[in-house]
Amino acid sequence: MEIGKSCRVIGINERCNGLERRRLLDLGILPGTLIKAEMQSPSGDPIAYRIRDTIIGLRKEQACLIEVIM
Amino acid sequence: MNIDQNLLQPDKCVTCPSHNSIELMRLGVDMQDWDYVVGLAGNPNTGKSTIFNSLTGLRQHTGNWPGKTVSRMEGGYEYESTRYKVVDLPGAYSLLSTSIDEEIARNFILFGRPDVTVVVVDATRLERNLNLALQILEITDRAVLCLNLMDEANKHGIVIDERCLARDLGIPVVPTVARNQEGLPYLIQTIGDVASGKIKCNPYRSNKKIGEMSVIVKQLTEKLESIYPDLPNHRWLALRLLDGDSDIISALSEGKLQSLANSVK
Ligand SMILES: Nc1nc2c(ncn2[C@@H]2O[C@H](COP(=O)(O)OP(=O)(O)OP(=O)(O)O)[C@@H](O)[C@H]2O)c(=O)[nH]1
Ligand SMILES: [Mg+2]
Repeated sequence: MEIGKSCRVIGINERCNGLERRRLLDLGILPGTLIKAEMQSPSGDPIAYRIRDTIIGLRKEQACLIEVIM
Repeated sequence: MNIDQNLLQPDKCVTCPSHNSIELMRLGVDMQDWDYVVGLAGNPNTGKSTIFNSLTGLRQHTGNWPGKTVSRMEGGYEYESTRYKVVDLPGAYSLLSTSIDEEIARNFILFGRPDVTVVVVDATRLERNLNLALQILEITDRAVLCLNLMDEANKHGIVIDERCLARDLGIPVVPTVARNQEGLPYLIQTIGDVASGKIKCNPYRSNKKIGEMSVIVKQLTEKLESIYPDLPNHRWLALRLLDGDSDIISALSEGKLQSLANSVK
C-alpha cells in the first residue's frame, strides 16, 4: 500500500489465527475499520498506519494478512 | 473536602480550584511500607506517567508519543494517613497478545495483585481504549476507570455519559485532565474508597457465557488451583492455555509461572 493511501478492512485471512489474529483484533483491526498508510521506515518495513486515530506500526507479514478494499 | 461518595455520580466540581486543594503527601521513591498497591495501566500515550508524577512527585519520562515507559516504575503517596505504593506501567493494547513492553504490564496486573488497578483511558479514543479496560476487568475486582484527556474530548465536542459508563462497566469512572491536575483529588479519593472497600466494584465480565466450554475450563481451573495454590486468576490462566498462549504454556511447562508471579511482587 502506498503512503498516503487509505483502505477499508474486510477481514483477517483465515491463515492467521490464534494469538496472531488476536493481536490484529486488539490493535483495532476489525471489518469496516479504515486504515491509512502514513509513514515508512527507511527499509520500507514496517509501515506506520493510522488505525482508529492511532498510529500503529505493522510488519509486512502482518499487513499481508489483512484483507481490504481500496 | 466535599466529595460525593456515590460512584455513579462523579463530582461535577472537579475543575473548581478549591476542590483541587487536598492533603496529599508525595513520597517519591521513599516507600518503606505501604497499605495499598495501585497499578496504573492503559493504552500507550494516555497520560499514565503524567498521573504517576502528580501523585508521587517523581519525574517519570512523559511526552507526546507512545512507548515512552518501557519498564515498571514505582513511587508513593500518603493521603488521609494511608500510604499508597503506585506502579507506573508501560502502555499496552492487550493483555492477551502482548509485545515485550506489554508483557511487563500484563505480568504486573495479573500476578502483582494490585489492590486497585487504575485504567487510564484516552477520552477521545474511548472505543479503542475500552478493549484493554474490559480485558483488565476480567481479572480484577477492584478497578477505577480514569477518563483522561477530557480537555481534548471537550475540544472535539465529545460528550461522555460517565454515569452510564460507570454503571455498564461496574466500576467508578473519574474524568481528569492530568496535565492540569484537574480531577486528581477525586481520583485519589476514589482509589482510596475502592482500596478500602467503601466502594464495591462489580466489573463487567464478557466471557461469562462460554457454553459447552465451561466444563473443560472448570476442570483446567481446578487443576491449576491445586498445582499453584498461591497464584491468582486460575480461570484466566486456564482460558489462556485453551487459547494456545505460547508465553503462558512455556512458563507453565518450564515451571516458571510461580517465579514469574514472584518477580513482580
Ligand atoms: N491535553 C492533555 N494532554 C495530556 C493530558 N494528560 C497527559 N497529557 C499529555 O499526553 C502526553 C502523554 O502523557 P504520558 O503521561 O507520557 O502518557 P503515558 O500513558 O505514560 O505514555 P506511555 O508511557 O508512552 O504509554 C504528554 O505529552 C502529556 O503532557 C491531559 O489530560 N490533557
Ligand atoms: Mg508512561
